[in-house]
Amino acid sequence: MNNFAWLEPKSVDEAAEALKQGGIALAGGIDLLTVLKERLVEPQQVVNLKSLPGMRSLEGRNGLRIGALVTLDRIAADEELGRNFAAVAQAAASVGSPQIRNVGTLGGNLCQRPRCWYFRDAEVHCLKKGGAACYAVAGNNEYHAIFGGGPCHIVHPSDVAPALIAFDAEVITNRRRMPLQEFFVLPSENVRAENVLEIGEIVTGVEAGMRPGTFSAYVKMQERPSFDWALSGCAVVLQMNGGRVQDARIVLSGVAPIPWRSREAEAAVKGRAISEVTADDAGQAAVRAAQPMTDNRFKVKLTANAVKIALLKAAGQRV
Amino acid sequence: MPQEQVRWNDPKTSRYLNKRIPRVDGPDKVTGAAKYTYDIALPGMLYGKILRCPHANARVESIDVSAAKAMPGVRAIIDDISKTARFAGQEIAAVAADTEEIARDAIHAIRVTYDVQPHVVNTRAGRNDPDRVGDPAELSEGADPSTLWSQAAAVIEAEYYVPVREHLSLETHGIVFRWDGDDKATAWVSTQAVHGVAGGLANALRIQRQDLTVICNHMGGGFGSKFSAGTEGSVCGRLARLAGKPVKLMLDRYEEQVATGNGPDALMQCKAAMTADGKLLAIEADLWGTNGPGKRWGVAFPYRTVYNLPNIRTRSHGVSTNTGGARALRAPGHPQGNFLTETVLDELAAKVGLDPLEVRKKNVLRAVWREQLDAGAKGIGWERRNKTPGAVSGRYLRGMGCACNTWGGGGRGGSRCDVRIGSDGSVWVGIGTQDLGTGTRTYVAAIVAEDLGLPIERVHAEIGSSKLGQSGGSGGSVTTASVAPAVKMAALAARARLFEVAAPMLGVSAGDLECADGRVQARRNPSNSLSFEQVCAKLPPGGIEERGEWNRSLQQSGVAGAQFVEVEVDTWTGNVRPIKVVAVQDCGYALNRLAVESQIIGGVIQGLSMALFEDRKMDDPTGRMLNPDMENYKVLGALEVPEIVPIVFETHDKVTGLGEPPVIPTAAATGNAVFNATGIRIRTLPITPRRWFDALEEQS
Ligand SMILES: Cc1cc2nc3c(=O)[nH]c(=O)nc-3n(C[C@H](O)[C@H](O)[C@H](O)COP(=O)(O)OP(=O)(O)OC[C@H]3O[C@@H](n4cnc5c(N)ncnc54)[C@H](O)[C@@H]3O)c2cc1C
Repeated sequence: MNNFAWLEPKSVDEAAEALKQGGIALAGGIDLLTVLKERLVEPQQVVNLKSLPGMRSLEGRNGLRIGALVTLDRIAADEELGRNFAAVAQAAASVGSPQIRNVGTLGGNLCQRPRCWYFRDAEVHCLKKGGAACYAVAGNNEYHAIFGGGPCHIVHPSDVAPALIAFDAEVITNRRRMPLQEFFVLPSENVRAENVLEIGEIVTGVEAGMRPGTFSAYVKMQERPSFDWALSGCAVVLQMNGGRVQDARIVLSGVAPIPWRSREAEAAVKGRAISEVTADDAGQAAVRAAQPMTDNRFKVKLTANAVKIALLKAAGQRV
Repeated sequence: MPQEQVRWNDPKTSRYLNKRIPRVDGPDKVTGAAKYTYDIALPGMLYGKILRCPHANARVESIDVSAAKAMPGVRAIIDDISKTARFAGQEIAAVAADTEEIARDAIHAIRVTYDVQPHVVNTRAGRNDPDRVGDPAELSEGADPSTLWSQAAAVIEAEYYVPVREHLSLETHGIVFRWDGDDKATAWVSTQAVHGVAGGLANALRIQRQDLTVICNHMGGGFGSKFSAGTEGSVCGRLARLAGKPVKLMLDRYEEQVATGNGPDALMQCKAAMTADGKLLAIEADLWGTNGPGKRWGVAFPYRTVYNLPNIRTRSHGVSTNTGGARALRAPGHPQGNFLTETVLDELAAKVGLDPLEVRKKNVLRAVWREQLDAGAKGIGWERRNKTPGAVSGRYLRGMGCACNTWGGGGRGGSRCDVRIGSDGSVWVGIGTQDLGTGTRTYVAAIVAEDLGLPIERVHAEIGSSKLGQSGGSGGSVTTASVAPAVKMAALAARARLFEVAAPMLGVSAGDLECADGRVQARRNPSNSLSFEQVCAKLPPGGIEERGEWNRSLQQSGVAGAQFVEVEVDTWTGNVRPIKVVAVQDCGYALNRLAVESQIIGGVIQGLSMALFEDRKMDDPTGRMLNPDMENYKVLGALEVPEIVPIVFETHDKVTGLGEPPVIPTAAATGNAVFNATGIRIRTLPITPRRWFDALEEQS
């Protein structure tokens, strides 16, 4: 990594100012450190957000409010959050390993850079780094996108974001508030970034309202059952009425450059009771428009199954 | 005593040998007192770093080190390591600097221009290029298979693939090098061959072998990749000479994974046949694989050391690729050849409609495997297996598979061990072997403790230095069978000296004495005894020193094994969960049963990892390794390790090594278990969700 100055800001404003001067934000550092070591960024200054007061509160009783500096481990372990926003707690618990959850923060999880092996290799000058081509197209794309890809084909690595989006969460920054769904951008809009954060903008937290009568779940398909990224995943929030789905949010992870909301799957379960048949239908509907690449056809069936399992799990059925 | 009369100690009366002996260096390892090469820090030590070519096939056109040279803290630069790079990651230049950070920055500041040539990095891509394919190695025995297909009860024809795997030693390759004068030096090296490295590295640095001391007290894994100090070793020595200071050069994970060896792949197109009564009839196959830039390549296919395979035609083709060169990897060539053979056998058994266990028993060369197969079948509960693969439906499906192995593991001559007994009763044993992680130090101490009748704590065992008696590299599972006999002979020689001194003291002839419980006593009248210390007090003032040489009659080559794996396949996710492994393994006289079990368990873990996760991925367009890390080069994690039941199956009373054989059959048995569970045959390793869904699609 390059040499840089180290700043311990005392206020969000001071931090924001430093970011405008060529600084980069550091929270847990889990992702940033590797990005620095590979020289994917070479900042003048590293701004330690952990020196800021606040952004550490966690509330899951009357709605969800999580500060950007709350660690994933706290999100996974909070009982009230686990009761009212189960998919969020399950998603946080599925991240990496205990060590990563103990240090990684919510803000960092939402803002982390993609894991694409071409992006991570300093020697490969891909589109995302200002180069001319997405190497995944002609190369090995087994872990890449089956939805929303092009011109770059990364998948968004966060497990937590899809679960929050399924609860219609909003993200709050030092400048604005917006639906978390709108925080993420497709490469077709901006190939260099994964979200709409402007220079000097800092995520301070996320919020979501209470949703009485909902059932939720997060399911993650991994190559290695312990300690792995999502090959594919699915967050489901079901609003039930008389045993039937009144409203559903189904958001996929690991399959697109952003958390991928599947309105097709949502439509497939609307008005129906959840059974293996409906869950299967929703899974099929979710992948009908999938556009697999040369090496990731397997993700299509896998994703259909992720949706199916997540629906059955949310509905409390044995899978 | 004549050599052939020497026997290993009777387990009925032994205190340590053939029992479960905790490692003597276990406490040092868990407390951190054990010093690995990584831990060595010398006064004034600099840090070395290597610049590697980013291209898979390139020639250096120019190299400019001026910016690096000008950086404060940079003490030495080498810019002539290689003018060509035949794989991405080949060494080009190197730097030594005051800190590792400066060394990294300096490497970054070196400007190289390359003439980049076209590359090929995968066997499949290279096998149709005549310039890249070596002359085939042909095997032709018995009748021509093409005349036999019509007589067969079952014929299969399919393509199989085992990918390149990595050693993935947790301690990377590396060295700390210190010159102790113009032509004398000391090197701490993470190596599995201290004497071998002393020879090789001294040669590379043009000094006398005896003037280079190589030390490796503890190491974090080698698996066959650490026989030499490598390019990094000689580079480190040169940097230290240029800078006039000791230099430490430990590779990072990326370097470890691209440049320090791997186990080659095997691509096979095979046609094979079986008779109605389950006898293998014929095999015809073409195989390809890559060892890196060279064209020599081969795997142990078909596995004729276990099975009777009468009519064979195979052609093996080595493919030259622009990838890091292969090195021995735990049973080189065997896990691949075993997977190919055992899968073919299993497919044929299923097609003929016979129990795969019975088919194996019919085709093995010797009775030992039949006995082991029965023992393993009992251990796993073979009768519980899925009788009709593919007939059961549901999300989670269970099944069982098995496979057999064999290996040599006999010793080699040339090991020399010294035992010293001080007149104060201290006991020291030294031999220039090393502990690759198998527990060498422990049995070296235990053998001496056993024959001197002392608690193991009383014996100080020293290994891991080229200043100690000659011994070979730890590879081919030969270490124990090479080292242990020499240690035993040294212990007996030292004991004989003790007996000579004690005999007149006790009024018994030396031949009638024995050592037990810290005493030297008359065998027929144990109450006529002296304490060990009393006898030692009468030794010459400097104590005694005795040397032992290898004794052929204490060791033997040739082991057999059979493994059974039970898995649960999640048909919705494609995840294969190992449930239980029963590993039956012969190793002759088990010096330390605990260490033997631990070797078996370790081999099974590595074999499961091969079956389910390990896959070096080379990128065709860029020529670079896509997963030179532990994020995407996946290995079995602690949570995936199932119940593993080692069954130590002793067939004789000589010592035989078993570091390698337990890794051989696990992957094949796992693949066979997946088939037994689901009726789906996966012919490409590792068995991941991708392979699972691809196989489902292929089937439908
Ligand atoms: C081996 C490994 C496995 C992992 N597995 C998973 C997994 O399975 N699922 C998953 O979801 N994640 C996984 N992660 C990612 C991990 O969850 C994130 O890296 C972690 O949450 C990042 O948090 P952090 O606090 O360490 O962020 P940092 O590394 O400090 O920051 C990450 C990025 O976000 C920016 N940033 C951080 N906080 C803010 C903020 N408040 N406002 C604006 N920008 C900010 C930083 O500038 C940086 O670019 C894994 C990571 C590793 C290394």
